[in-house]
Amino acid sequence: MTTLDPAPGASRFDADEHGWFGEPGLFGGRFIPEALVSALEELTDAWHEAMADPAFIADFEQVQREYAGLPSPLFHARRLSDRVGCRVLLKREDLNHTGAHKIRNVIGQALLTRRMGKQRVIAETGAGQHGVATATAAAYFGLDCTVYMGAVDTRRQALNVARMQLLGAKVVPVDSGSATLKDAINEAMRDWVASVDHTAYLFGTAAGPHPFPSLVRDFVRGTGDEARAQCLEQYGVLPDAIAACVGGGSNAIGLFTAFLDDAEVEIYGFEAAGDGVDTPRHAATIHSGASGVLHGARTYVLQDDEGQTIESHSISAGLDYPGVGPQHAQLAHSGRATYLPVTDAEAMEAFALLARTEGIIPAIESSHAVAGGLRVAERIATEKGPEATVLINLSGRGDKDMGTAIEYFGLGEAETAGEPA
Amino acid sequence: MSCARVFETTRAEGRAALVGYLPAGFPDKRGSLDAVRAMVDAGCDAIEVGLPYTDPVIDGPTVQAAAQQALDAGTRIDDVMRTVEAVASTGATAVVMTYWNPVERYGVERFAQELLDAGGAGLITPDLTPDFAPEWIAAADARDLDKIFLVAPSSTDERIAMTTAASRGFVYATAVMGVTGTRTTTSDLAEPLVARARATTDLPIGVGLGVSNGDQAAEIAGFADAVIVGSAFCRAVLDAPDLPSALRGLSTLAEDLAAGVRRG
Repeated sequence: MTTLDPAPGASRFDADEHGWFGEPGLFGGRFIPEALVSALEELTDAWHEAMADPAFIADFEQVQREYAGLPSPLFHARRLSDRVGCRVLLKREDLNHTGAHKIRNVIGQALLTRRMGKQRVIAETGAGQHGVATATAAAYFGLDCTVYMGAVDTRRQALNVARMQLLGAKVVPVDSGSATLKDAINEAMRDWVASVDHTAYLFGTAAGPHPFPSLVRDFVRGTGDEARAQCLEQYGVLPDAIAACVGGGSNAIGLFTAFLDDAEVEIYGFEAAGDGVDTPRHAATIHSGASGVLHGARTYVLQDDEGQTIESHSISAGLDYPGVGPQHAQLAHSGRATYLPVTDAEAMEAFALLARTEGIIPAIESSHAVAGGLRVAERIATEKGPEATVLINLSGRGDKDMGTAIEYFGLGEAETAGEPA
Repeated sequence: MSCARVFETTRAEGRAALVGYLPAGFPDKRGSLDAVRAMVDAGCDAIEVGLPYTDPVIDGPTVQAAAQQALDAGTRIDDVMRTVEAVASTGATAVVMTYWNPVERYGVERFAQELLDAGGAGLITPDLTPDFAPEWIAAADARDLDKIFLVAPSSTDERIAMTTAASRGFVYATAVMGVTGTRTTTSDLAEPLVARARATTDLPIGVGLGVSNGDQAAEIAGFADAVIVGSAFCRAVLDAPDLPSALRGLSTLAEDLAAGVRRG
């Protein structure tokens, strides 16, 4: 099973040489300090060369297979299927090493770092999943690793801070701005401006300046390449619809890429609507944002009337980001994919539902995809009947979210509720 | 007043220009107007008026703290324009230093026109390079506004040539690979970078990032046309207990730097 596209630029959905998706000037590009341009051009060249090098592809696939546990299974969720009236398939990225799709990206970027002869990697992290994945890859490849994390998030996700430290990474809390993911990205950029000659920035999502949206897409697209082949092999059909959650958008673009040319496959991305898109507390960037420039790319941004970034909110730290990858902006603009909001409450309901019906505790991020995907499945079931298929990307597992779940559902109580001895 | 006028004066005087940076709205909206006037009175030839932004990726902790204070004080683009007017009314040159998104969101044409109307000379754009700036270049060229793009030690010769060709007013050479902030020694990357930029343009070259005292200013004035100082001015205000002492701090620093650019 091929997990990499050896010829970037081959699809009409790809960015042009300047990083524009679709019409030049609309989404993507490279809005960064001049000091970083040479590093991004070096990275672009290394990425193009690597993708055309069979030895690099072989290394990438071997590490994914033997270390990360890939390909991940495609699982028929029978009880959920019975519930909605058509076949529901889950792409089990939660079973990957480190618990999410993110390992795909960091293995690719760490291999690229080694190929470029750099010894140090830096990364930003929100909930800590990309930080843990980066620290893991750094340990595996013997690279020095520093992870920037908002001070608010280091307190919310102390367990992941400890995991990163155990893996040998230095975790730097970021106090500036809102002290969350966007500020961690700012701080990682500041580090990179000063360290660019010996340091690679392992960007955690398919956003940021060119080539990151395309480069990350190439490393995570295995999710969709595998899922498409598995669906055809196991069920003899393509899904009628696919669904993923969208924060920055790496798991979503990872799933979507293989299906973009399959016009009959409906594509859905679900954004975090927090308390609701009618409230100020949400992260529904495509739904409620306006075109702007954030973290190096032109895309949809949650911003005020003078271009100041508005802080996002989601119960899921991994979706709590006021921007979105520029390719998603383009896919929304062109209508090829549909992006809809899912609230905290809807996501938590799906979180509990999946645990009880299938014995899978998903990441709260992925629970947004489950909630939205099941909505789509119910509609498609009524339109097309029980043979219809909806494929949902279960991008990560929920171990990291138990603290949130305990608080949200008031779970701790049962322990003392007089169970039989 | 355009930057070209400043350099006519300083070249006639055989010295480098002193450019001081302070965010608009810092330490607060009214204090900001007094602050830029004090900097001009004490010897700044031009003021770089910062537009405070939520996500300043090339600023170190000092400028971040200053900009955050300005944002917390409710600073808006209108306040930036009022600060530009305050500088222009002294006869000194005002340029605005801004990350790109606020300009894009406000409307490039609208921003450029209001800047012109306020008496501003142009923009310094730290996260906008000429190859991604067609809207700004068109809006600036239509109004004879200065387009001050940055070159860095990591820039290739080809990119330096492209950048200086697109610039107007002066070229901003970033002396260090790093974010804004004062440094105890000047960078040995600055002089070769200025030389590489000079090989491509007759425009004046300003050097910024890291300068904090008159001796450093003198050293840079030895090979550059302008010395740009930001964090040290912000620090002078942040360290002051009240506005009068902040203004005295700004004046003392500007006098030291102004003497420095005359020694260079």
